Amino acid sequence: MFGKNEVLETIDMVEKEHLDIRTVTMGVSLLPCIRGTAKETAEAVYERVMRKAEALVPTAEALSREYGIPIVNKRVSVTPVSLVTAAFPKESPLVGSALDRAAHELGIDFLGGYSALVHKGMADYEEVFIRTIPQVLAETERLCSSVNVGSSRSGVNMDAIRLMGEIIKETAARTAGQGGIGCCKLVVFCNAVEDNPFMAGAFHGVGEADTVINVGVSGPGVVQHALSFVPEADLTDAAEVIKRTAFKITRAGQLIAKEAAKRLGARFGIVDLSLAPTPARGDSVAHILEELGLSVVGCHGTTAALAMLNDAVKKGGVMASSRVGGLSGAFIPVSEDIGMIESAAAGQISVEKLEAMTCVCSVGLDMIAIPGDTPASTIAAMIADEAAIGMVNSKTTAVRVIPAPGKKVGEEVQFGGLLGRAPILPVHGGDASKFIGRGGLIPAPIHSFKN
Amino acid sequence: MRAVVTVAGTDRKGIIAKVSALLYERDVNIEDISQTILGGQFAMIMMVETAKDEDFSALSAALDELGKSIGMSVRLQHAEIFDAMHNV
Repeated sequence: MFGKNEVLETIDMVEKEHLDIRTVTMGVSLLPCIRGTAKETAEAVYERVMRKAEALVPTAEALSREYGIPIVNKRVSVTPVSLVTAAFPKESPLVGSALDRAAHELGIDFLGGYSALVHKGMADYEEVFIRTIPQVLAETERLCSSVNVGSSRSGVNMDAIRLMGEIIKETAARTAGQGGIGCCKLVVFCNAVEDNPFMAGAFHGVGEADTVINVGVSGPGVVQHALSFVPEADLTDAAEVIKRTAFKITRAGQLIAKEAAKRLGARFGIVDLSLAPTPARGDSVAHILEELGLSVVGCHGTTAALAMLNDAVKKGGVMASSRVGGLSGAFIPVSEDIGMIESAAAGQISVEKLEAMTCVCSVGLDMIAIPGDTPASTIAAMIADEAAIGMVNSKTTAVRVIPAPGKKVGEEVQFGGLLGRAPILPVHGGDASKFIGRGGLIPAPIHSFKN
Repeated sequence: MRAVVTVAGTDRKGIIAKVSALLYERDVNIEDISQTILGGQFAMIMMVETAKDEDFSALSAALDELGKSIGMSVRLQHAEIFDAMHNV
């Protein structure tokens, strides 16, 4: 049972502290859609996604009304498209536009899975596929793309990383009129997960069931609010407060996920134990870190505070859900978090500090705008650094950077909506092109041999 | 089905009468009522049991409309969400 205080607490969490279910994401396998030609395959893909996800938006809206918790995003992830178009990779954009059309008609803001998994080696068809990404991201609106370039088991594919540096530059150039927005929809991963509900990196893994519901919860504002009541608590006690709050948030996600799966005839996949910020004030991960006693996110102490926050969120969330997965942890996308935006604009946070922070939380260098003239080899080197962190520490890391065309340090690029705005951060001016030019595979670390 | 009705806003006469009349008309049983004043605002929480065949969305819309007509926020939520969030 529960009392009136619990009822009022839940309502306050929603109304004043931005508690929401960040995303209900339906994963759909596209493997049954492979046909003899690209055109037939694209048609089959469109029909399957439309049929499976037809009720996604109305069902999520009904759940939101009945339980009184906003469900912000309704999304679809699909099997990595490079596997579906392996026989005709040059024509992959046909499938890309079919997916974008489905996303429009379903009324969802993003659909993920224009993806390739090349962590150990890149087949010819995968290279051709990856080279279609800039065109596809420029010609579609809602389709998201990701490429996995490394794993703890297999090492880091430096040939793929070199290529991705060029692909990111080309994507920015092809969407230069909108500040390089194509790059906001492109993630380069190490240790990508198959059940991630969050964009832009969601895809439906081949090890998954046919149709799955994965849910990402959120609530940075709720955690910050809870911490504001214990300003003098030591960090052990602060961690306990975060755990208790994460438990409540995750329970809401678990309930919605199970009910959504039941109503949509899909399997319940996982709840992603995440703290995902938005550009709205009161919905910031950076402000939680500042609530813990930092004058500004990015100063010394930030990594330790984030490590504590990330761990406490997981400990509270694991207890609350029967199955957890996805990326699970605090997200630190610079352009999507008002605290991060303000710190970056004031020159208080650097790419190097952000890189350190990615060692202790989920994902990586996320939604960071860098000067438009940053060389492809420097972007590739940033990806290599992140991939190395992921590989050695057996965690997911990612890079989603935007070399904003024509922009320099001190300027800002606007994307609007959930993607927010990003002050251009400086990158190191040293040259890594010879290192990147070597190519090959960085072998997996010795501690990966666990069998 | 167990649900929770919450009414919030500036205190005035007839709130309970109006909300409970609507619930009575729709065959909803009120199991418990508690009231509190929170930051100068009136808040009422009702534990209710709806008829088995009740259309949740329609009842929710009717309560929302009533809320607007009396200048209060009236909401209906499944009790499950509170159970889930506040009990291990």
